[in-house]
Amino acid sequence: MKKFTQAFWDEPLLKELSRPGRVGMSVPNDVKISARFKDPGSLVPASLRRSSVNLPELSELQVLRHFNRLSQMNFSVELGMYPLGSCTMKYNPKVSEMISGSDGMKNAHPLQPEDTVQGLLSIFYELERYLKELTGMHRFSLSTAAGAQGELAGVLMIRKYLRDHGQGKRDEILVPDSAHGTNPASAAMAGFQVVKVASDPSGQVRASAVRELCSDRTAGMMFTVPNTLGLFESEVADVCSAVHAAGGLMYYDGANMNALLGRARPGDMGFDVVHLNLHKTFATPHGGGGPGAGPVGVTRKLTQYLPVPVVSKAKDAYSLDYDLKHTIGPLKGFVGNSAVLLRAYVYIRLLGASGLADVSSLAVLAANYLWKSLDPEAFPASHGKDLHRKHEAVVSVKSELPGSALTIAKGILDYGMHAPTIYFPLIVHEALMIEPTESEPLEMLDEYAAALNEIYKEMRQGTLGSVPKNTSVGKIDEVKASHPMTLRVHW
Amino acid sequence: MQASHEGHPLLPNLDESLVSKMLEKAGASSIDELFSDIPPKVRLKRKLRLPEGASEYEIRREVQARLGRNRTPPGTLCFLGGGVWPHYIPAAVESITSRQEFYTSYTPYQPEVSQGMLQALFEYQSLMCDLLGMEVCNSSLYDWASAAGEAVRMAGRVTGRRKALIASNSGSQRLAVIRTYTEPMGMELEAVSFDRSRGTVDLSDLEHKLSDDIACLYVENPNFFGVIEEEIPRIVKKVHGAGGLAVVGVDPISLSLIKEPGAYEADVAVGEGQPLGIPMNYGGPHLGIFAVKDIKLARSMPGRLIGITNAVADPSRKAFAMVLQAREQHIRREAATSNVCTNQSLMAVAAASYLSLLGKEGYRKLGETIISNSHYAAKLLSRIDGVRSPHFGGAFFKEFTVSYRKSKADLVYRRLAKKGVLAGYPLSGYGVGAQAGLFCVTEVHTREDIEALSAALEEAL
Repeated sequence: MKKFTQAFWDEPLLKELSRPGRVGMSVPNDVKISARFKDPGSLVPASLRRSSVNLPELSELQVLRHFNRLSQMNFSVELGMYPLGSCTMKYNPKVSEMISGSDGMKNAHPLQPEDTVQGLLSIFYELERYLKELTGMHRFSLSTAAGAQGELAGVLMIRKYLRDHGQGKRDEILVPDSAHGTNPASAAMAGFQVVKVASDPSGQVRASAVRELCSDRTAGMMFTVPNTLGLFESEVADVCSAVHAAGGLMYYDGANMNALLGRARPGDMGFDVVHLNLHKTFATPHGGGGPGAGPVGVTRKLTQYLPVPVVSKAKDAYSLDYDLKHTIGPLKGFVGNSAVLLRAYVYIRLLGASGLADVSSLAVLAANYLWKSLDPEAFPASHGKDLHRKHEAVVSVKSELPGSALTIAKGILDYGMHAPTIYFPLIVHEALMIEPTESEPLEMLDEYAAALNEIYKEMRQGTLGSVPKNTSVGKIDEVKASHPMTLRVHW
Repeated sequence: MQASHEGHPLLPNLDESLVSKMLEKAGASSIDELFSDIPPKVRLKRKLRLPEGASEYEIRREVQARLGRNRTPPGTLCFLGGGVWPHYIPAAVESITSRQEFYTSYTPYQPEVSQGMLQALFEYQSLMCDLLGMEVCNSSLYDWASAAGEAVRMAGRVTGRRKALIASNSGSQRLAVIRTYTEPMGMELEAVSFDRSRGTVDLSDLEHKLSDDIACLYVENPNFFGVIEEEIPRIVKKVHGAGGLAVVGVDPISLSLIKEPGAYEADVAVGEGQPLGIPMNYGGPHLGIFAVKDIKLARSMPGRLIGITNAVADPSRKAFAMVLQAREQHIRREAATSNVCTNQSLMAVAAASYLSLLGKEGYRKLGETIISNSHYAAKLLSRIDGVRSPHFGGAFFKEFTVSYRKSKADLVYRRLAKKGVLAGYPLSGYGVGAQAGLFCVTEVHTREDIEALSAALEEAL
């Protein structure tokens, strides 16, 4: 089995590399202008004048070396398989990076007149049309910056819509126990009480369970389909009907949309509000934690509640529309994460109608193939073992020892492959959540499965030793770091 | 499979023999069988109504041509500010942020294999703490406006009070987002007016509105009109006197010459990190700055925090990890301090590399060039007949308000754009009338650019 060794540079902190007098960039200076202002700092009122800024002093090459060395100690999609469940770590096409680096994108100012930025607005308008077709929704706002912000926008719209219709007493949002943590957190931020819906033994939400929890306090439900176990919620239409019958609205968490392109649409299932994670399904890079984009779409009756701005078209002119009658307001300054939206647009254009359907077919095929390549004794399915997986597979690590999923996760790092998401969803014992995506060639899926099987065997035989061994640093003391005194360096 | 049987660069397994092999292992006779658990009534029974895919070359050519129709620098002069500002991005910053190791990774859930991003974010936190004079800075939020919204929410949580004062000379984008973020927690927002001649916060109005039920005051320095809030140390003291938190919004570049929020005892500093090596990008992605003065507030903060620690087996080997995660949504769910998950990490790396390139001396020089250029521009514009520049009497750094005796600001802004000059964002709705516009001058503007602005404005009036 191939193993790897990650680079290790015993790289100091910037402050340790600093030496007085060094600079890494020269600043423009017009001699005729500077001749007029002998002491420019004195233009600041004396009481607020800053004498110096404590920044490190390094040359340009030193700064580059520092960050390049750090980058070599960072695992990434372009280095190896990164099957973090629920994160859809697919390949991010290089051409999207090239295009988003165009002057017409990066140098556009959000407050410039709309008639000077028609090229970009026309792209956003088309992107919205594509997202509507992919989800079956009536209108989208592209303004929300990430999935969690799309969720917040969604539940705020539900809240405002209900209040405007005399239903302001509805203060509960149902959230399945398998949901991402952002769902209950978003509902709480919007002022709702969270009511947990228990999944059944097959890992699905039953309409009967939802019906039992519904009351005249139900504002709606946040529902992830396929769910975080990688299973399609077979009663989704009935769940939507049950919540609607009780007077609530349905929110679709689109984190797992990579399974459904061209196969099924939340709008046809009965959802009222939808968010999509463009950095997942539509291949924009995750940036080491961000940026993302989380556009939010709605049915016709909620159109006027969308967060502003939305992109409008009249005759051949595109504009930003801030004047929606019942808008919940903006959640982010300006237009949205525009350069992320552009990348998602490019991705959709590269693949088109047939290619996007193939994306989901091949992503689902890869998840099932990888799942079935795992030793079923070592990694039993926690739920619905007779059901096909969608975008990801969740398994338990069979072991009497607590922490075995963590051990497996650390072990796989030594093979030059990233760990799955672990200990999530919370309802699975010793969970590994594996989402290979359509980007991984078959050979890579084989290697990954073989490595997991091997690590498990070594763990059981007691020959694994302490892992990881080949990463730039061995196992880290994360408890010690959890003190506010360790959050910065003083100098 | 729906696509032609040719391979696709993004789909390595799009091949009939591979698909059959994979299906066999997966225990399905066809791809459709893998989707058979989707009930027929919710299946999409037609093809997607989207254009068909095209080659990389065709898409690149078409999309770049469309973007080329936008009027932007370098072919156009941009003197717009208001929360997004034109600044030079050093080539080395672009080189660092285009390292795929940074941009194609995700949240460092496995710290042993993600030390690079973790150390870079830790360095960002440290650099920002120094720049802001704060004790704890998170590793990023979405942007200034959402950071301001989170800050006012946090003030409500930690004080248990449900009223916030908001300086009305703050950016409208921030004000609107604060409203959206705080409305669900029942926060009442009250505007504090500004002095019509200096452009700064009206201290007597502030005193009048301060009471012991105030969670915080949100104020920007410099404010939206570009004016430096000279009395901000007194303002902060007054807010503290009422038991509230002082939340200050800043442009980090201004801290090259202006005192940092920590120096005047602000409790929370938020701001827009875009000028630190991040493109204007038509509004995003940018960098939401969020930092607190008192270490005790760290546990109430939103957003990811990176801490320094060591390897279990070798205490001498330093290491970095995400910390205080019990505040976050993936652990605490509905009791989390915020729902934020995906943030703007790559932008924080840009900011860290930008600040370390400029360094102590470069950062000061940058501030000096900017304040000189902006004062040169304001002076030049003041010589135009019918122009008051700057409109306000207060000191300014890189932005300033200009008013026109006879012309509507909206018209001037449009006429300037037609001449290839983006400038004079109209300030109607800000209580300064319909004849004032906002100008921003930075290190990217040469003397010739500033003279071209002046000539264009003269013609546009």
